[in-house]
Amino acid sequence: MPSLSTLLSLFIDGASYGMILFLIASGLTVTLGIMRIINLAHCGFAMIGGYAALALTSWMGLPLLVALPIAILLTMAIGFLLEQTIYRVVYRTHEFGQILMTLGLTYLMVATINLIFGSLMQNIPVPEPLSGVWLAGGLTVSKYRIFLVAVSAGVALLLWTTFEWTTFGTRLRAAIDNPRMARACGIDVGRLLSIAFAAGCGLAALGGVLGAQMLPLEPFYALKYLVLVLMVVTVGGLGSLKGSLLAALALGLIDTFGRYFLPELGAFVIYVTVFAFLLIRPRGLFQNA
Amino acid sequence: MRELRDPSALPEMRSALRTHRLGWFEVVMLAVFAAVYYLLPGYLPLATQVAIMIIFAISLDLALGYGGIETLGHAVFYGIGGYAAGFYALYVWQEPISGLLVAALVAGLFGVLSGIVVLRAKGLTLVMLTLACATMVHEFANSMRAITGGDDGLSGYRIDPVLGLFRFDLFGRTAYVYSVCVLIVVFLLARIVANSNFGLVARGIRSNSQRMQLLGVPVLNRLVLLYAVSGALAGIAGALSAQVTKLVGLNTLAFTLSGNVLIVLILGGIGRLYGAVIGSIVFVALSDRAAAIDPFNWLFILGGLIVLVVWLAPDGIVGRFSALTWQFRKQERKP
Repeated sequence: MPSLSTLLSLFIDGASYGMILFLIASGLTVTLGIMRIINLAHCGFAMIGGYAALALTSWMGLPLLVALPIAILLTMAIGFLLEQTIYRVVYRTHEFGQILMTLGLTYLMVATINLIFGSLMQNIPVPEPLSGVWLAGGLTVSKYRIFLVAVSAGVALLLWTTFEWTTFGTRLRAAIDNPRMARACGIDVGRLLSIAFAAGCGLAALGGVLGAQMLPLEPFYALKYLVLVLMVVTVGGLGSLKGSLLAALALGLIDTFGRYFLPELGAFVIYVTVFAFLLIRPRGLFQNA
Repeated sequence: MRELRDPSALPEMRSALRTHRLGWFEVVMLAVFAAVYYLLPGYLPLATQVAIMIIFAISLDLALGYGGIETLGHAVFYGIGGYAAGFYALYVWQEPISGLLVAALVAGLFGVLSGIVVLRAKGLTLVMLTLACATMVHEFANSMRAITGGDDGLSGYRIDPVLGLFRFDLFGRTAYVYSVCVLIVVFLLARIVANSNFGLVARGIRSNSQRMQLLGVPVLNRLVLLYAVSGALAGIAGALSAQVTKLVGLNTLAFTLSGNVLIVLILGGIGRLYGAVIGSIVFVALSDRAAAIDPFNWLFILGGLIVLVVWLAPDGIVGRFSALTWQFRKQERKP
């Protein structure tokens, strides 16, 4: 049995991993909840954000904390543009067409990133004050991981308040529950969706930049972590931010602990868990959509 | 009421009730396959890949095009078939045809087992369950490095001559003829399944599963059966690939393969079996040309192609073509 400090540091690793997954998945669950579109390209936006931050820090020498907002805004702009153009077509096609079109879009993203940045795995260096570890008792904690958990918890809180306490959030929830009824009440669902889409891209970009330590940047990023992000959304329940948060944390923890205690099985543990869970609750944790 | 009096007025009905004879398409295909053998001997390995891809796409067409089973993890059957054939050749017997049958049996059995659990779900959950199932098996094969070879793949087995007569040669002639023969058998089998009462029931379930349930059709039961048949055919495709290339890699179970076979089918057109043929030819030929130039540029072409095809020809190449000929005929009929 490992010591308490090992367990604690495993817990922090798992939690920060889960929070990154949540940041990436949060936008997807909202757009999925409204439009029922399986947007396979969503993980690509996290990749675009990560690479934008990489370009800003290593090519232009900006500090990470300056590069981060610029990268997020850039990704949101790209997401908004794509939503206004290609996704208009995606919305109109049949369900399988949507899956394929967004898959095609993902391939285009992978190819573009590879053309600009090359196929090597890249890392965004952690800024000086956040690198290193804290020693507390027998416990060693990476400062960056704590920073990650804090930032993402803040973002999650912000999201939750927007979702529950603002008019915009109310409209969004109405659109997720019943898009036609929401439209009949005079809510401009299309505009709402565009905003949610762009915001989701920004959140994914935030996750992509901050999580570059755990999910290293490479051109196939968009496909490699797609399955995990989709699982977070499905396990959490479509359109449920609360569900996604819980699912992401659970997945992050199970994966981290699974890899530690059953290293020979690797990622197998997490997929078995998700598969079994979906069999019992096919509509996820919170079945509000 | 016009539809009731004249069932052929609905395109769905038209395709379901049409008498199914072997038509010009089959003749042309056979001629093309024969011509490739004699005229393009340098392209035989590529043509073998096309044949294998066609089998795989046909199997998906049965599940997706006829039964409406939306799957994002069809590679699981391909991979299981491949590994089954590999293990069979490695430990039991090197005879190829029995290897195919064993692979079909194993993949079909997996289809029954996974179908019973997976096919209760619908829509997004079904897509996710098939994806999770495929990823699960992929990870399992990855972690069982000692048996499957992990990332290096399963190799080191040999395959006996087909029927004890035709040795697998260096130029891939036997492999090609063998694959095409298997393809013909699979194509005919798939046609029989698709045009049988069972196939009609499957189409009914795709159109309106609730109504089929009310008509007394055991829907889940039928879907599981269809999924198993489809899985068995996909297993044959995987086994064929394993026997011809003498290698089973982890990529036979990967998400990209599931995605690619979907692309093939959408490219050609779903629910008509011919689509699988046309789609595979276009896909494999394109991927070979583009990958020869630059593997990443291939993704540019592939990605662009998918977006354009879904946008402009949502029914695929064959669908676009048959829609055009239908319009043409209608105009002809009008005075």
